[in-house]
Amino acid sequence: MRVGELVTAGVLALLSIYLMYMASANGIGFTAGTGPQGGFWPFWLSLGMLISTGFVMLNWVRRASPHSRSEEPVLDSVGRKTLMLVGGGIIGFVALIDIVSMYGAVAIFLLYYLRLLGRHSWRLTLSMVVLFPLGLFFFFEGLMQISMPTGMSFTDPVFNVLYDIIY
Amino acid sequence: MEILSLLGDGMLVAIQPLNLLLILVGVTLGLFIGAMPGLGSVNGVAILLPITFLVPPGSAIIFLAAIYYGAMYGGAISSITLGIPGASTAVATTFDGRPLAMQGKARLALVAAAVASFVGGTVSNVLFTGFAPLLATVALSFGPPEIFALMLLAFATFVGLGGDDIPKTVFSICFGLVLAAVGFDQISGAPRLVLFDLNGFLGGISFLVLAIGVYGIGEMLWTIESTRGDISKSDAKMSLKGIVEDTGTTFRRGWKGMSIGSLLGFFVGVLPAAGATPASLMSYGVTKMLSKRPDEFGRGHVGGVTAPEAANNSASTGSMLPMLTLGIPGSPTTAILLGGMVIWGLTPGPRLFVEQSDFVWGLIGSFYVSNLFALLVNLSFIPLFIWMLRMPFTVLAPLIFVLSIVGGYAAMQDMFDIWLILVFGFGAFFLRKFDYPVAPAVLAIVLGPIAEPTMRQSLLLSSGDPSIFFTRPISAPIMVAAIILILMPAFKYLRPRRAKPAE
Repeated sequence: MRVGELVTAGVLALLSIYLMYMASANGIGFTAGTGPQGGFWPFWLSLGMLISTGFVMLNWVRRASPHSRSEEPVLDSVGRKTLMLVGGGIIGFVALIDIVSMYGAVAIFLLYYLRLLGRHSWRLTLSMVVLFPLGLFFFFEGLMQISMPTGMSFTDPVFNVLYDIIY
Repeated sequence: MEILSLLGDGMLVAIQPLNLLLILVGVTLGLFIGAMPGLGSVNGVAILLPITFLVPPGSAIIFLAAIYYGAMYGGAISSITLGIPGASTAVATTFDGRPLAMQGKARLALVAAAVASFVGGTVSNVLFTGFAPLLATVALSFGPPEIFALMLLAFATFVGLGGDDIPKTVFSICFGLVLAAVGFDQISGAPRLVLFDLNGFLGGISFLVLAIGVYGIGEMLWTIESTRGDISKSDAKMSLKGIVEDTGTTFRRGWKGMSIGSLLGFFVGVLPAAGATPASLMSYGVTKMLSKRPDEFGRGHVGGVTAPEAANNSASTGSMLPMLTLGIPGSPTTAILLGGMVIWGLTPGPRLFVEQSDFVWGLIGSFYVSNLFALLVNLSFIPLFIWMLRMPFTVLAPLIFVLSIVGGYAAMQDMFDIWLILVFGFGAFFLRKFDYPVAPAVLAIVLGPIAEPTMRQSLLLSSGDPSIFFTRPISAPIMVAAIILILMPAFKYLRPRRAKPAE
């Protein structure tokens, strides 16, 4: 944790400097007639971020914060595995949206999570995998008139049937 | 007496069978729209606006106002049960509503939210009925310096939200404000902070992207990782007796938050450009500040639920006031309502109360009826929300992830924002590991779009002289109060260090 605290503060300090640089492109001063320039507000706030990370580092040097004294790892092996399985699943879910549609990606993600991670029965898993995306479809497309991504063209036959029901 | 007579007539209009049916349908629809992450009252009112052309104008606006009320009640449901603030107005409800649900007190949190919403709605209705023209005039005296001072006060009240690590809290606030500045400069129209030259940033970063990323993804990952997935189900039980007991607890432990939220919420709601979100955040902050046990806030304090919920309902009624009396919408939803009124041939403004008296008092009467119906509908659906919490966590967690992504897309309709939700989610997970408070960043991104333009307009008015904030009679005391509040944690930070050598 001790190293992680310093690395995090360092990364956030770099982010602050980058934001200051980006904000300065719009001007950070005051122009008569038009007031503060476009970069004024974000520049000084980014400087506030940088100064804050400076204080976090100072606390690290003085070992004033709990994390600057902790020798525990940021993530142990179980934590890393959990993060990879759950976080990886979410990334996979989002990556699949443009391929198999939003509803298809929801179904695949639920199948992965409920069956592989949750170890639930096939009965519960399959009923959730079918009913939840269908419920979302009728709520968003039918009631709220909000269109979700339909993925690549091979999903068209399924959507044609569903759209025939609501229109 | 004349007002009471007019209100009585208005109530009679509101309880006509057609209007009563529309109120019931409106609050129920609003409740579910508000409970769905990514959708808020503005979506419900905008989407259902065309349907109202099937009924007379008076009934139409009653229907839309009922949706507005229902959505305000519903926003708390996803905050409490899922831990995702579905709308910006319900961000503050998450801070204590979610911890209460995790402690098995979901029913108490839901009842507290419903009762506080009802109280907030009722207080604001009474204020609306009695003081509409007077308050509209006071609200008009608020210019950019006063609104900026109010925003600064809102930031000041939540400086303490992040716990004891002040540098990390300040970082979080500044980061949220900078994220709110991404996109186009509101005054010059020039692109600004287009990070890594990605065009997706030109559209700005919506509060929902950050909120869903932080709460729907980051907080959930943190919970799963830190508990190793061993999360016990909520054991909240449902009974009429329990609801009565929880109502008593709400009044006993949450009366202060309810009172502050109702009054402060209404006044902030009346101000043009402010609305229910700053109202709920300020009420939370002020209630925490005035509490004898501020350390209990954020860990499941009933007052932390009643204050924002009373405030957002009170403010939603308050924001109708400038719309009806001056023709100025106080929130995005009232802007759509205003548009609807114009389409129906009604002209909002001072003459509306004289020329369309039946319409105005029918609408005000419907506020009272909608408020009561929203409470009853909300309480009757609590068993359904509790049932959701009884699901095993390995079923609830993927559903929360799915609702976060689907709701995020529904709100923005852009895959770039979905990837951004993931970036914020994973970022929030690591920041949470190192005790960086993320709530202030979410609050800052909500208030940033109000704070920055008002600050710049004020400095433009004064030719760059910052004393404008301290020389105007309304902004000066608010600024001083805000600065004292901001400096208070710094004094607290320094005091024990000075005391140490003497020990």
